[in-house]
Amino acid sequence: MLRIPCPWCGERDEIEFRYRGDASKSRPAADAGLEAFLNYTYARENQCGWHLEWWLHVAGCRKLIKLVRHTQSHEIRAVGRAEDPLSLPPERSGR
Amino acid sequence: MTAPGKTRGSPGRYSALRLVWEGLTGHTGWSQAWRKAEPRPAYQVVIVGGGGHGLATAYYLATEFGIRNVAVLERGPIGLGNVGRNTTIIRSNYFQPDNVRFYEFSLKLWEGLEHALNFNAMVSQRGTLNLFHTEAQRDLFTRRANGMRLQGVDAVALSRAEVKARVPLVDLDNGRYPVLGGFLQPRGGTVRHDAVAWGYARAASAAGVDIIEQCAVTGIRRDGRRVTGLDTTRGLIGADTVCLCVAGHSSQLAEMAGLTLPIETHVLQAFVSEAIKPVLDVVLTYGAGHFYVSQSDKGGLVFGGAIDGYNTYAQRGTLPMAEEVAGAAMTLLPGLARLRVLRQWGGVMDMSMDGSPIISKTPVDGLILNGGWCYGGFKAIPAGGMTTAHLIARGEPHPVAAHLDLGRFASGRTIDERGIGPYPYLH
Repeated sequence: MLRIPCPWCGERDEIEFRYRGDASKSRPAADAGLEAFLNYTYARENQCGWHLEWWLHVAGCRKLIKLVRHTQSHEIRAVGRAEDPLSLPPERSGR
Repeated sequence: MTAPGKTRGSPGRYSALRLVWEGLTGHTGWSQAWRKAEPRPAYQVVIVGGGGHGLATAYYLATEFGIRNVAVLERGPIGLGNVGRNTTIIRSNYFQPDNVRFYEFSLKLWEGLEHALNFNAMVSQRGTLNLFHTEAQRDLFTRRANGMRLQGVDAVALSRAEVKARVPLVDLDNGRYPVLGGFLQPRGGTVRHDAVAWGYARAASAAGVDIIEQCAVTGIRRDGRRVTGLDTTRGLIGADTVCLCVAGHSSQLAEMAGLTLPIETHVLQAFVSEAIKPVLDVVLTYGAGHFYVSQSDKGGLVFGGAIDGYNTYAQRGTLPMAEEVAGAAMTLLPGLARLRVLRQWGGVMDMSMDGSPIISKTPVDGLILNGGWCYGGFKAIPAGGMTTAHLIARGEPHPVAAHLDLGRFASGRTIDERGIGPYPYLH
């Protein structure tokens, strides 16, 4: 069970949240072309290591939050609001 | 004197006669099932990953396509990856016509597999029974079954009474999700998964393939757009063609060749209960939640549910999904309430963006990808191996797997069995 520190509600159990996937993607401009939209829609970095991701606090504040989590140890290194610019730790352990 | 069917230095053929002979002579004539090969400097084809798909690809390359200059690299010992972590189910009860064709091709290969490999894989066509709980679900299942029958695949509708007769354990009248009936694929069933790995490894090795265990790939060498070999923990190995069969870790290997794939890695858990007397002679799936169960020949109930639901490379599960699986089990089979769980484990898998696998060339010349199996890789092992071998040997896709190419994402031909979209955590 992950314990996720929601910036609005404090630390809560994972079952209150819904995973919403890779948060490193941002929507390309409307005229960015096929390749840009293909990458946005389908390509995933899928890191074995630190991962930037969306979680929706459905059974709490219902806000979308951002996590930096390790995909092997499940350690949560940073948490932020949707608009916060979080960066991945430089070390890429697990590769 | 040599045992029947045995020649010096080879494992020989297995037979009832040989078993009797060995029994009478103290079991001294058995030898290792496959050679422990040392890596040579270069091969025509190097397959990364000694799981079900990698071994099957090597076996069919050698036996069907005459390419014997082949190595299979496995980072650990054979059989510890997903080929030994699944719940052993085979079936071809899909909705999309392309999927029905592909998985039916696989099921037919399973039916002849033990004779082909000369290995007892305990293929047991005990039937897979999907229960439905609403009238809308019955309509959906009927549509799927009709689609299967149009392609000559077996599917039978069962009434409530027939479900009860077949599986007395099921609580048909549970308050929330009463069972209205089921659809049975009589030719579905289970296969001893370890024996699949061992059988393919033994047969591939006997056909001349080098199976190199404890050999992890650390880099993919390229000359311009063309692959030339692999850096491994046992040195540089040259290759004309490299085939990745490392589902669960496809993204990591592809990154070594500069590729980003439409794949996320997720964990799927499985469970085995203590052994009990025979209570369940089909593979049973629940229609109102994610739960499926069969009984192994040792008596344990083998069951599982959905993926945990977030990206992870940890080969272990977490408790929320274990609780959900147990909850579904109790709703459907309340008679199991006092059964203890003996073991629990997890395997990490490639969840592709449309829920369907990828057997394809890649933008790097000479690099072939077999991956994206989601949680359906085991049943597809024979077809995955045969069609991947075809792609390597002939340079063009096998007709039943042509739809599994990587290009489908750009051209909009995704094969989304349940119409979910590019959200692997929902597949």
